[in-house]
Amino acid sequence: MTKLNSKIPEGKLKDKWSNYKAHQNLVNPANKRKIDIIVVGTGLAGGAAAASLAELGFKVKNFCYQDSPRRAHSIAAQGGINAAKNYPNDGDTVYRLFYDTIKGGDYRSREANVYRLAEVSNSIIDQGVAQGIPFAREYGGLLANRSFGGALVSRTFYARGQTGQQLLLGAYSALSRQIGLGNVTMYSRTELMDIVIVDGKARGIVTRNLITGKIESHFGHAVVLATGGYGNTFFLSTNAMGSNGSAAWKAYKKGAFFANPSFVQIHPTAIPQHGEFQSKLTLMSESLRNDGRIWVPKKLEDAKAIREGKLKPEDLPDEDRDFYLERRYPAFGNLVPRDVAARAAKERTDKGYGIENNPTKEGVFLDFKYAIERLGKDAIEEKYGNLFQMYEKITADDPYKTPMKIFPAIHYTMGGIWVDYELQTTVPGLFVAGEANFSDHGANRLGASALMQGLADGYFVLPYTIQNYLAYEIGTERMNPAEHEEFKKAEKDVEALIDKLMSIKGTKSVDYFHKKLGKVMWNNVGMERNEKGLKEAIEKIQEIKKEFWSDLKIPGEKNSLNVELEKANRVADFIEIGELMARDALNRDESCGGHFRSEHITEDGEAKRNDKDFMYVAAWEYKGENEEPVLHKEPLSYEEIEVKTRNYKTA
Amino acid sequence: MSAKTINIKLKVWRQKDANSKGGFEDYQLENISTASSFLEMMDVLNEKLVNENKEPVAFDHDCREGICGMCSMFINGRAHGPDTLVTTCQLHMRTFKDGETIVIEPWRTGGFPVIKDLMVDRTAYEKIMQAGGFVSVNTGGVPDANAIPIPKHDADEAMDAASCIGCGACVATCKNSSAMLFVAAKVSQLALLPQGRVEASKRAKNMVAVMDELGFGNCSNTGACEMECPKGISLAHIARLNREFLSANIKG
Ligand SMILES: Cc1cc2nc3c(=O)[nH]c(=O)nc-3n(C[C@H](O)[C@H](O)[C@H](O)COP(=O)(O)OP(=O)(O)OC[C@H]3O[C@@H](n4cnc5c(N)ncnc54)[C@H](O)[C@@H]3O)c2cc1C
Ligand code: SF4
Ligand code: FES
Repeated sequence: MTKLNSKIPEGKLKDKWSNYKAHQNLVNPANKRKIDIIVVGTGLAGGAAAASLAELGFKVKNFCYQDSPRRAHSIAAQGGINAAKNYPNDGDTVYRLFYDTIKGGDYRSREANVYRLAEVSNSIIDQGVAQGIPFAREYGGLLANRSFGGALVSRTFYARGQTGQQLLLGAYSALSRQIGLGNVTMYSRTELMDIVIVDGKARGIVTRNLITGKIESHFGHAVVLATGGYGNTFFLSTNAMGSNGSAAWKAYKKGAFFANPSFVQIHPTAIPQHGEFQSKLTLMSESLRNDGRIWVPKKLEDAKAIREGKLKPEDLPDEDRDFYLERRYPAFGNLVPRDVAARAAKERTDKGYGIENNPTKEGVFLDFKYAIERLGKDAIEEKYGNLFQMYEKITADDPYKTPMKIFPAIHYTMGGIWVDYELQTTVPGLFVAGEANFSDHGANRLGASALMQGLADGYFVLPYTIQNYLAYEIGTERMNPAEHEEFKKAEKDVEALIDKLMSIKGTKSVDYFHKKLGKVMWNNVGMERNEKGLKEAIEKIQEIKKEFWSDLKIPGEKNSLNVELEKANRVADFIEIGELMARDALNRDESCGGHFRSEHITEDGEAKRNDKDFMYVAAWEYKGENEEPVLHKEPLSYEEIEVKTRNYKTA
Repeated sequence: MSAKTINIKLKVWRQKDANSKGGFEDYQLENISTASSFLEMMDVLNEKLVNENKEPVAFDHDCREGICGMCSMFINGRAHGPDTLVTTCQLHMRTFKDGETIVIEPWRTGGFPVIKDLMVDRTAYEKIMQAGGFVSVNTGGVPDANAIPIPKHDADEAMDAASCIGCGACVATCKNSSAMLFVAAKVSQLALLPQGRVEASKRAKNMVAVMDELGFGNCSNTGACEMECPKGISLAHIARLNREFLSANIKG
């Protein structure tokens, strides 16, 4: 009964991508000019795709909600980007990067996609250097590398603590060049409101101009969504304030399946929350775990004294510190994957060893004392200076002198719109790239792999695979939305949605609902989940939905800049996404990667997978308002890898 | 870092849209935690306004961690407020005193017209970048990343310049409304690297031409921009831009 065809090419794993490229259909140069491609999103995935497609000769329309494409949230990535260059000669290969990614994802990702990702990783670094990205270098003038969690080699390239910024500015420079040449039309401060399907194919989008409120339609022979993740369902996360799941959700409602919605990454090292007014959580890059050691006090009374400010952490002697990651995972130590590190922090704070004086008494230390003793303050400043400065500005503590306080935070969504090998969704002509798709990270993403995936999708995968679709579309004439029924209907639906939101005229602000949803998500669909909690979450979310649609208040008008209206549209979708996440988590009655069901734990407290029953991608199909979604399963099989229990205790 | 709470008075610039005349409105906020960020304080104000059925203050922001360059407030007469080397979103309320009056305005410069309240239109920056803020290479077909060694010192200096977040504080601060620091940061970054060297003088010429066309003023070396730049972009980059620009003119 399954409708899912992942279109994995024939042949041996290492030959699949070359075989695909050798045999796929291409659009000839003269026809490319006659083809319009809509790309929503200007982050690494969208920016790279828009620029590359325009360079090939397609006419591209590119959209983002910020005032400039350069501000997509990829800009905030700090730590680095992986590639299998093996420059340090420490034994890296394409296969090893592929293997680490599959293992890190706890055997819930698609083998062929991940292999391709590892394969194109090296080209990304070459491209970045050619664009003038100032990656970190050694004194000899060659590129420098650092280590990230889940790997035994140093394969992470970086630009100080601003790798995402530099990679995005690289893609943005290529995009700016194409805008200047007239090959890309840029629509900033424009929000996607719906996707238009004509005769079963994606043919365009409806947007809202965020300054004038004007609803408009745009035609494309194909539509690409590269709109980022939906981590803000939790309200508090490391995402940007405007990051949203709405584009993906509108696609879902138009027939694209949503895969593994419950797979969310909780990053172990963010600055702990300190109050109800808090609007977001700030990440402290994983790269810090190269040189920082994570600990809590061994004794409960010391933890209490530290919380109460009676004891300074720097005064606690080493023998009274519990370096719990080094203790539990000797082989990987502080560099275990994120899900493992996050849960280990929760395990300690649940037992009362938390060190932050906030309502939940959460927080652990990340200490640079040892690295400063070993390498000197200058070396640490050179590597992490901007992160330390950011930490000090936020907390007023000096991390050169006293250990940083950190705690896990919602960070990344592995789940997303289901795509096949070509990054095409279940709706023909609709493609999804970057964090918005589900493809490569399984149940847990390794650090420095999202930047790699976004750019791989945008520069090196989509520009090929989309042509295999477009080659059949060269005979399709450009449509004029003003004269087309489907576009007019979609516009009307969007107007109706906005009118509905504006006419509630209740008593509560959008943030009230978003915060309420976030609490339910964090408590019941967060780091640890169980059947009872998930069922309760579904009920509570349905109540929030009812309350939202009957008691929401949006001041101002719809036909002008109206930030509350923008937020309301996004939160309406977050509420529904949250429910699907809980449903998916409930269905997946196993623990794997970041999805941790307290019913399924090994003896030493690790995630216990159930490969017999759950080695599949859960792809959900929308069936209509208030109807239960239908689950489709894409079975996963591993040809080149032996499926094992993840083990970070011994190498 | 124990958090206290303070009471503050705000004078906020309100302007309905680009064509309306704006003016200051006064607000009073109580019990603001000193551990909250400036924008979290603005959230509190906006929540209060929404609850009173009034329109919240429009302002630009997104990442709230000092990197996207979207936030842009002129606070107590200074771009991004009284702290140094921070963006508006990284400014914290512990910088202010109990009972203090805080004046909040948008960037005020012809190059960036006001859209609403504290939001301005920085499209001019986009146009400058489109004129030459890139290396002219397409995706694919480029040499191996380690094919050309680059002295660490040059790479580091290029990185210093590349840290610019495109916020516009330099323009808002400059009495001539010059965008030189912004333009220089990009020209300098690329001129320092062999990949960008090839087009260095042409790039300088094209970007400066568009900057002039868009009505940004000349640089008279007062250095105010450097003082207010949240990323510490150095005036030395303007000197490098001038060198590239001159050599472009000599070459014709
Ligand atoms: C703080 C932080 C640090 C990170 N550090 C690292 C790291 O060191 N290494 C690593 O590999 N990964 C890191 N990640 C993850 C990585 O940065 C992201 O997964 C990745 O950049 C996402 O890129 P993207 O192109 O898919 O989406 P984004 O960069 O989020 O771009 C989304 C785009 O879509 C547009 N958009 C969204 N919704 C709409 C809509 N409704 N209408 C119109 N436009 C819309 C936005 O305007 C934007 O242009 C980090 C993430 C965070 C949050
Ligand atoms: S040079 Fe500094 S002040 Fe000017 S736009 Fe760049 S970061 Fe902002
Ligand atoms: S909101 Fe991104 S820099 Fe301030």
